[in-house]
Amino acid sequence: MDFGLSEIQLSLQESITRFLDEKVPLDRVREFADSDHAFAEDVWQGLCELGVPGVLIEEKYGGIGLGSLEAVVISECIGNHVAPVPFFSSSVMAATAIQLCGSDSQKEKYLPRLATGELTVGLGISELSGRRNGGGITSSGESLTGSALYVLEPTAELILVADQKARLFLVERGAMGLSSRAMPQIDRTRPIATIDLDDTPAESLVGSTPSGIQALIDLGRVTLSADTLGASQSMLDQAIAYSLQREQFNRVIGSFQAVKHMCAEMAAEIEPSRSLVWYAGHALDEVPEESHLTACHTKAHLSEVGTFIGKTSTVVHGGMGFTDLLGLHYWFKRIGFNRQYLGGPEYVREEAARIQGLVA
Amino acid sequence: MDLSYGPQYEAYRQEIRDFISQYKDNAPRGAPLKSEAAIKYQKFLIEKGYTARTIPTEYGGHGGEPDMLKGRIIAEEFARGQMPGGMGGQGISMLVPTLLELGTEEQKRKFIPPTLAGEMVWCQGYSEPNAGSDLASLRTSAVLDGDEWVINGSKIWTSTAHLADWIFCLVRTEPDAPKHQGISFLLFQMDSTGIEIRPLVDMTMTPNFNEVFFTDVRVPKDQIVGKRGEGWYVANAILGHERDSLGDPNATLSRLTRLMELMKEETIDGTRIVDNPIFRDRLMRIQARVMSLRFNDLRVLSSRLNKTDAKLPRMISKLQGTELRHDLEQLAIDTMGETGLMFGKSEFLKDAGSWQYQYMYFLGLIIGGGTSQIQKNIISERGLGMPKEPKFDKPQMGRA
Repeated sequence: MDFGLSEIQLSLQESITRFLDEKVPLDRVREFADSDHAFAEDVWQGLCELGVPGVLIEEKYGGIGLGSLEAVVISECIGNHVAPVPFFSSSVMAATAIQLCGSDSQKEKYLPRLATGELTVGLGISELSGRRNGGGITSSGESLTGSALYVLEPTAELILVADQKARLFLVERGAMGLSSRAMPQIDRTRPIATIDLDDTPAESLVGSTPSGIQALIDLGRVTLSADTLGASQSMLDQAIAYSLQREQFNRVIGSFQAVKHMCAEMAAEIEPSRSLVWYAGHALDEVPEESHLTACHTKAHLSEVGTFIGKTSTVVHGGMGFTDLLGLHYWFKRIGFNRQYLGGPEYVREEAARIQGLVA
Repeated sequence: MDLSYGPQYEAYRQEIRDFISQYKDNAPRGAPLKSEAAIKYQKFLIEKGYTARTIPTEYGGHGGEPDMLKGRIIAEEFARGQMPGGMGGQGISMLVPTLLELGTEEQKRKFIPPTLAGEMVWCQGYSEPNAGSDLASLRTSAVLDGDEWVINGSKIWTSTAHLADWIFCLVRTEPDAPKHQGISFLLFQMDSTGIEIRPLVDMTMTPNFNEVFFTDVRVPKDQIVGKRGEGWYVANAILGHERDSLGDPNATLSRLTRLMELMKEETIDGTRIVDNPIFRDRLMRIQARVMSLRFNDLRVLSSRLNKTDAKLPRMISKLQGTELRHDLEQLAIDTMGETGLMFGKSEFLKDAGSWQYQYMYFLGLIIGGGTSQIQKNIISERGLGMPKEPKFDKPQMGRA
């Protein structure tokens, strides 16, 4: 019985945190956000040297073959630093989609390059989970027509998309009939775009099964929840640090009970959330009968907790929390993005109810 | 992450399941305190090692090796099998661990065996009308007169005072010392001359508490645990135990399971409550919170097994556990609508009125054992390193 991170997971967490502390200070995040999303090559290269892109990829394809909980740990670190890297779309979602649904030759073709981080893949599967107006792709053999909305990392070499029958495809960024329109959004640490396809050649992942798709979505939801967890922890840490330095009425504001209680409430929400995220990451690999339900609840719960932390931490910072100068909003917005992507809380809670036979 | 208990523990679990299926029909339920049936069953459970498991046999316990997982498995299986467990109460859960840690050999031999057996019932004299959250400002005094303490003052929120044989009581023995250093921990009999007990009916209309008044109550000098003036530290040696046990997520889980059934049974305009998406959404929100606190509880347990302090996950459990439970009971009331207002001997009651009762009772637990606001002080100061509340020796503004 040991509910917690292993030595390996803790050392992974430590080495990634050390790297991100050094290489991704807020100024670097700003530079990325203001650069019209020039790829953050320096940050990604550093993570590649640590083996991060290969975390979920089997060793025979050049990865390090760790599990979902390790990906969760990495995602938490990345969210904590609001780091502008394609880890989620490429190393978690595309790597898993290809491993779960790809043919042997597709695995051999793509996984080794994904594992080194040389290949990055954008993510255009938001139609699989809560399709909004204007999206939807139809397929005819190996060609696709329609639009994928809210595509993450749209400038990557390949894009993973899903058609309306929930089959997965890889599309080359430069393929015929593909055009991309940037979607300016609040979270400037993660570029998104609409990808329009017009009879565009695509490569299907032939093993796309409902259970494989479900496992992919579950993993995505838990990984995004971990990103929110890391961002929330940072917002609490920043709130405490600010409250111990800012003085009003001749005392640090962190000595006022109103402020202390706001911080206590944030901690009281974050700690059980951390336990939930760890368990959900563990369940993905080890407790298959619970993994879908825990992934839904984790996504919904972390969305609510993150929203609460985002608001409360900003308020503790007073007027400064509202400024661009302080930059706290990068975390607030990151949490806001995670809340909507792959299903907002109401959508996911309804799914949790359905799994348990509570929806007639 | 390893959530298995291991094969030797699974064998132990099976042993308990067998025990429960063998004795379930004969176990006494709701037997009154000190009744022959209750005492007999308690002694049987001690002999089997299913309560007082790690307390040495010379003090009337089972004498088992300390093993948190075994304790956990017993609690899990007794709850699962709806088997009445060993006795609780403040004597067993609070005083016995205190005496084991800080009592004299004579006190241990005199008090622990009958307390464990359920033959000696205790109440706890801590809170006073003017010493609630600020417990250390308590004023009940004990003055030494020859070989006896003479006690004057009063206590409040005293559970089971009307049934108790003895009280363990915090009193001020050093009026000139700083407030935390002027308190002593005394033990005395509830039938002593000068004790008056008045029942205190709470909002559930049950006299769960009492007020207790002391007028020149005389207590032998040696009935003190620890030294004079060290009572605050004696009491605090075990106060953490009480907080940890309030708002247990496993009990909340079994309430949630029943609530899910209730939401399928109750209807509004002919539609099942669970088919109303707003109610369903509220249920799912609660379920996620129950889940997160259950895993948090496992994380705290795991730290204890590794002999480390989980700190924040431990500190938040009373606050979050009691607030969650209250919210869960509220959802059940809303599920029943007007039926959720029925109380007392109504023929319309569901589940014997337990939802209404628990809804109110858990409001009490949000307050008792350190209010939610005191918990937030503790979390921010001890968990997050924020400045302590200023302390004043004299009354400040706002008070005449």
